[in-house]
Amino acid sequence: MESKTVSKWFWVWDFEKEEAWLNEMAANGWALDSVGFCKYRFVRCAPGEYTVRTEMHPFDESYIRFMEETGAEYVGRMMAWIYFRKKTDNGVFDLYSDIDSRISHLERIGRVLTAVGGANLLIGVINSAGVRTGLGWINLLCATFLMYSLGRIHGKKEALEKERELHE
Amino acid sequence: MPNAPALTEATYYILLSLYKPRHGYGIMQQTEEMSRGRVRLAAGTLYGALNALCDKGWIVLKSMGDDTRRKEYVLTEKGKEVLVREVERLKELVQNGEAVLREEM
Repeated sequence: MESKTVSKWFWVWDFEKEEAWLNEMAANGWALDSVGFCKYRFVRCAPGEYTVRTEMHPFDESYIRFMEETGAEYVGRMMAWIYFRKKTDNGVFDLYSDIDSRISHLERIGRVLTAVGGANLLIGVINSAGVRTGLGWINLLCATFLMYSLGRIHGKKEALEKERELHE
Repeated sequence: MPNAPALTEATYYILLSLYKPRHGYGIMQQTEEMSRGRVRLAAGTLYGALNALCDKGWIVLKSMGDDTRRKEYVLTEKGKEVLVREVERLKELVQNGEAVLREEM
């Protein structure tokens, strides 16, 4: 089957843009088939044959089985992100249908960023102060960047919480 | 609990669908059918809600028949009580809404 691999980078707060791009590819006849680090492999499909969705979700076999029962196909996983696709003929495909679950998704992303950011901060401080490998600045840079990402995710969450004051 | 907090639309329709035992996809279909296509539960939202409802003891996951892999969700007595109370609350909302709007006209 005709296939192609595209390298592309998305910031963590741009996961909706990533999803929109994957659906644009599907609309143009390229269905996501597997994922790698900043790499997406596509196979030929009929234009608009698939809807693609991605979310951050801890590894959970029963969740994937649950999704498959609803007609979705599990495409793959890259770090904490999982990718699904579903034939458009099998109905509308969304992962979340209310504000509460969108907020808990953002909270999940926030927790991972906090954990990884905190670890980098700690390693960075230790490397800068004690061990002096000269590489501590890399961790501190990562920590700064991860905290910035956390801020972006938090902003999205606040917008949803404001919306939730009026409806669900 | 006279002042139980309102259920979300998703929770309400999940409990309502489970008046008869169903698996996840069955809940999605039943909800869509009952609401005539208005309420569509997305799979991720449904999965999270089902886990939360199991934790609360309003529903349980049971193996059906001989096939142990085939599991269905079942409404518990506690879940039924919650549902009855919610219907009472919704009745009040609708009655008040209609009464006020009737005066307007």
